[in-house]
Amino acid sequence: MPKYELVLLKNMAQPGYTGSLEAYRQAGGYAALEKVLKERTPADIIEEVKKSGLRGRGGAGFPTGLKWSFIPKDHKGLKYLCCNADESEPGTYKDRQLIERDPHQMLEGLAICCYAIGAERAYIYIRGEFDLGAEVLENAIQEAYRANLFGKDLFGSGVNVDVSVHRGAGAYICGEETALLESIEGKRGKPRIKPPFPAIHGLYQEPTVINNVETLANLPHIINRGAEWFASIGIGKSTGTRVFSVSGHVKRPGNYEVPMGVTLREMIYDIAGGMRGDKPLKAFIPGGASAPMMKPEHLDIPLDFESIKEAGSMLGSGGITVMEEETCIVWAAMNLMEFFHHESCGQCTPCREGSGWVLQILHRIEQGHGREGDIEQLENLCRRIEGKTVCAFGEAEVGPILSSIKHFRAEYEQHIREKCCPFHPNATLSMVH
Amino acid sequence: MKYKALSKEAVARIEAELPKYPDRRSLTLPALRIAQEDLGYVSEPAMIDIAEILELTPIQVYDVATFYSQYNMKPVGTYLVQVCKTLSCALVGAASIVEHLQKKLGIGIGETTEDGFFTLKVVECLASCGSGPMMQINDRYYEQLTPEKVDQILSDLKEQGKSALATGPFMLPALQGQK
Ligand SMILES: Cc1cc2nc3c(=O)[nH]c(=O)nc-3n(C[C@H](O)[C@H](O)[C@H](O)COP(=O)(O)O)c2cc1C
Ligand code: FES
Repeated sequence: MPKYELVLLKNMAQPGYTGSLEAYRQAGGYAALEKVLKERTPADIIEEVKKSGLRGRGGAGFPTGLKWSFIPKDHKGLKYLCCNADESEPGTYKDRQLIERDPHQMLEGLAICCYAIGAERAYIYIRGEFDLGAEVLENAIQEAYRANLFGKDLFGSGVNVDVSVHRGAGAYICGEETALLESIEGKRGKPRIKPPFPAIHGLYQEPTVINNVETLANLPHIINRGAEWFASIGIGKSTGTRVFSVSGHVKRPGNYEVPMGVTLREMIYDIAGGMRGDKPLKAFIPGGASAPMMKPEHLDIPLDFESIKEAGSMLGSGGITVMEEETCIVWAAMNLMEFFHHESCGQCTPCREGSGWVLQILHRIEQGHGREGDIEQLENLCRRIEGKTVCAFGEAEVGPILSSIKHFRAEYEQHIREKCCPFHPNATLSMVH
Repeated sequence: MKYKALSKEAVARIEAELPKYPDRRSLTLPALRIAQEDLGYVSEPAMIDIAEILELTPIQVYDVATFYSQYNMKPVGTYLVQVCKTLSCALVGAASIVEHLQKKLGIGIGETTEDGFFTLKVVECLASCGSGPMMQINDRYYEQLTPEKVDQILSDLKEQGKSALATGPFMLPALQGQK
């Protein structure tokens, strides 16, 4: 039995739950949408969401109600909602489960958000590889249209909401909100310069809100149980539960929903079953590949936005990757840099070129050809990428590198001094593609 | 027949997507996907067709097609085997699965078997990080792989065109009794 009350994963934890419209409605689904359409004004809902303290689950943790309030109320043209289902931050696989197991929960949240911001059109941007997820969503959307939960005049309120699935085609960067907009518009996924922010000039230059799947999935619960209930879960400015994806060297990897503020120790050693083979823990990443690495000394830090930030990392997407003692940190950093180099959209020179140079140096250190001064060169290059790019990808890609050097400098030095990797003495280039 | 490469069905499918968007250009990604499903890859004549349907220049379509990693710019085997190599999967043995596949299929990364059945690729994170090592073959995921499982999947596909070892709807950890 889970120790904490499940909210988002509750339905799917019932044996035999299919995620169909019928099953979702039997569990009380779409009552929140009916309630807001019949009884509440959009301004009312925005206020409620603000009071709940809900913050974005996609990575940045921006307050959701506040984001919605930036949408101009007197706008004459169309407004849009884009649901971010790109889920491409390495280590993160929660949205996939939320979509495939309980699609109507996020669809109901999406409809509530549309009503609150006055958007009649929503797109769900789902990563191209999620064929099953896209199928599940398409079916759920059809079911919901047939029941008039989407379309025209929902619950006789005169409110119209249309939704369609837009499938990506393999590009991490399209999870960045403005690249996502470009991608829907049929272009390369190159992030836009902000400002203007999407709330003013978003999709097709119209006011647009972009919210993550999990963010939207929380909305029916906030409406049904109230902002005070939501705000009573979690700690400080991190309210509600969060679905963490745990992977790597643990006994029971999985998606675990817990109140924010649970410690990393509890998450790794209790909830995820502890270290595989009971080996000592060496390092972990708390919030997806972009989040700086942490060490066992950080185990008692609570998993909330502020505490993790204070400790030098970020809660990010909630993907926790755990590494045991025998993991080579230079190899791990190199693996992540291969990812970032491959995924750089190529727009900004420091990121496009810098990621390749950083990778080259990491490859050579790992292969035993590291030179004196390479570590300083890595730090120097990272500082020339960070903060010098259009989007936050620049900070994302240097996070794992700088943190691995900060926490494991001696290991880098050993590679260079001994002219070989102490963990993989016969290291050849890993799988380059 | 107005279009050079795309089948009538593919053109109809693309046109059926039009009402979802306020402009034609937004159909670039859906159209490329449909073209790939139609032809197995995105050929130049197909991109010219798409440009015509969407009232774009061919270079606008080509520009987009070459940005996204899922579009095959060259023909691939009947089954496109893509193994994730990113950190979480690498920590639990992705390399040994790739090695096994190379031996079993007798091909290197990026190559296609002589009979045209399998193409092997190594890709970045597919959001299946807790159930690695994993691979995607065409439209399905295969997770918590072992060499034995891989052999079974390949032979299933070759003999029956599908495999019961495909996973999903996804849930981790699985409930008792769930596959
Ligand atoms: C490089 C990069 C990749 C991102 N990838 C994702 C993603 O896959 N999914 C997601 O929801 N947000 C992602 N984000 C965050 C989005 O830009 C955006 O902040 C988020 O979707 C907003 O929704 P939220 O406020 O509900 O979290 C990414 C950001 C960056 C800079
Ligand atoms: S690291 Fe392999 S699926 Fe995410």
